[in-house]
Amino acid sequence: MSEAEIKNLEEAFEARIERDEKIEPKDWMPEKYRQTHIRQMSQHAHSEIIGMLPEGNWISRAPSLRRKVALLAKVQDEGGHGLYLYSATETLGITRDELFEQLHSGKAKYSSIFNYPTLTWADIGAIGWLVDGAAIINQVPLCNTSFGPYARAMVRVCKEESFHQRQGYEIMVKLAKGAPEQKEMAQDALNRWWWPSLMMLGPTDNQSVHTAQSMKWKLKRKTNDELRQQFIDQTVPQAELIGLKVPDENLKWNDAKKGYDFGDIDWDEFWQVVKGHGPCNKERMTARVSAWENGQWVRDAAMAHAEKQAASLQKEVS
Amino acid sequence: MKKEWPLWEVFVRSKNGLEHRHFGSLHAADADMALENARDVYTRRKEGVSIWVVESKNITASNPKNNGELFEPAQDKVYRHPTFYVLPDEVKHM
Repeated sequence: MSEAEIKNLEEAFEARIERDEKIEPKDWMPEKYRQTHIRQMSQHAHSEIIGMLPEGNWISRAPSLRRKVALLAKVQDEGGHGLYLYSATETLGITRDELFEQLHSGKAKYSSIFNYPTLTWADIGAIGWLVDGAAIINQVPLCNTSFGPYARAMVRVCKEESFHQRQGYEIMVKLAKGAPEQKEMAQDALNRWWWPSLMMLGPTDNQSVHTAQSMKWKLKRKTNDELRQQFIDQTVPQAELIGLKVPDENLKWNDAKKGYDFGDIDWDEFWQVVKGHGPCNKERMTARVSAWENGQWVRDAAMAHAEKQAASLQKEVS
Repeated sequence: MKKEWPLWEVFVRSKNGLEHRHFGSLHAADADMALENARDVYTRRKEGVSIWVVESKNITASNPKNNGELFEPAQDKVYRHPTFYVLPDEVKHM
């Protein structure tokens, strides 16, 4: 294809997105669109399955059967979300094995929040309330993103996500109303998860390199700072309601902007964790890679069985 | 050995009376496993009463490049629609 032809196709393509048309996998698309989507969608998928690890830590130690079935269902959902997203990513012409390879080699990233440890039961409450809360804020606008398979996966994910946040907040409510030790545990979890949750919504707008392009392709409908403000404004009253204190001395209602002013985020910490130096980066990757490698013989055996069955069926027919 | 499980497309009937609709895809070694996985991945919340799975390679799809010749001819055949026909006003419903 000549350069002029590509330019024509690109203009027609951008116009389609502008008109809110969806792009489907077999449609022509600019190579950069394909690559950007593979990067963002796979990063999203990886976050879902790595996100199972910190919570999985507490399944066997949940304080009641009610909490245990809820946590099991939530972790299973995260696995399911990963699967929707991996499948959607594969429609762009990359295989599941290649996606895993990128995760395991460190080439692909996952959300930095999952590199923090879950030290107490209250952390499960804080994750559902804050981390899933921030994720929902990020994900709801993606239900209208331009790439059809991604948008459809996100609709399914968002439907399921609201139970996650509610179960987390319910845990926090219960602890905050409990014995002084329990309330202290809830406050401690909020103290440790608050700032990483704010960082989870991404670098500030002036530091974010992909924002302009992503806005155009509707991969982003709001900037990171707008999403962060929305998260803070909705979460602070929820903390106050149950008598917990958001760990930010500079947090203050600003009547003029109808939102909270808040303190500086420690972006050095964020970049350290992204670069692999968070408290649990190594632990998470080790768990993930060993699950994959130790499962190899199971995948091979299933495939061998399937091939054998198919061959014997073939023989019966002929 | 290292062989990726094949890809399957999943179709779910959400309740009797409705058609099966494409829900997504997944990997499985064979059809039985594809059904079991589809149940776990796509129907955790009573989304369906019946599941079809078909290996993706068995689906023949039209190419969007040919959309012009395939679908545009329908655009100038307005006589296939009821509103093309002019009836007396006295006929209220037809």
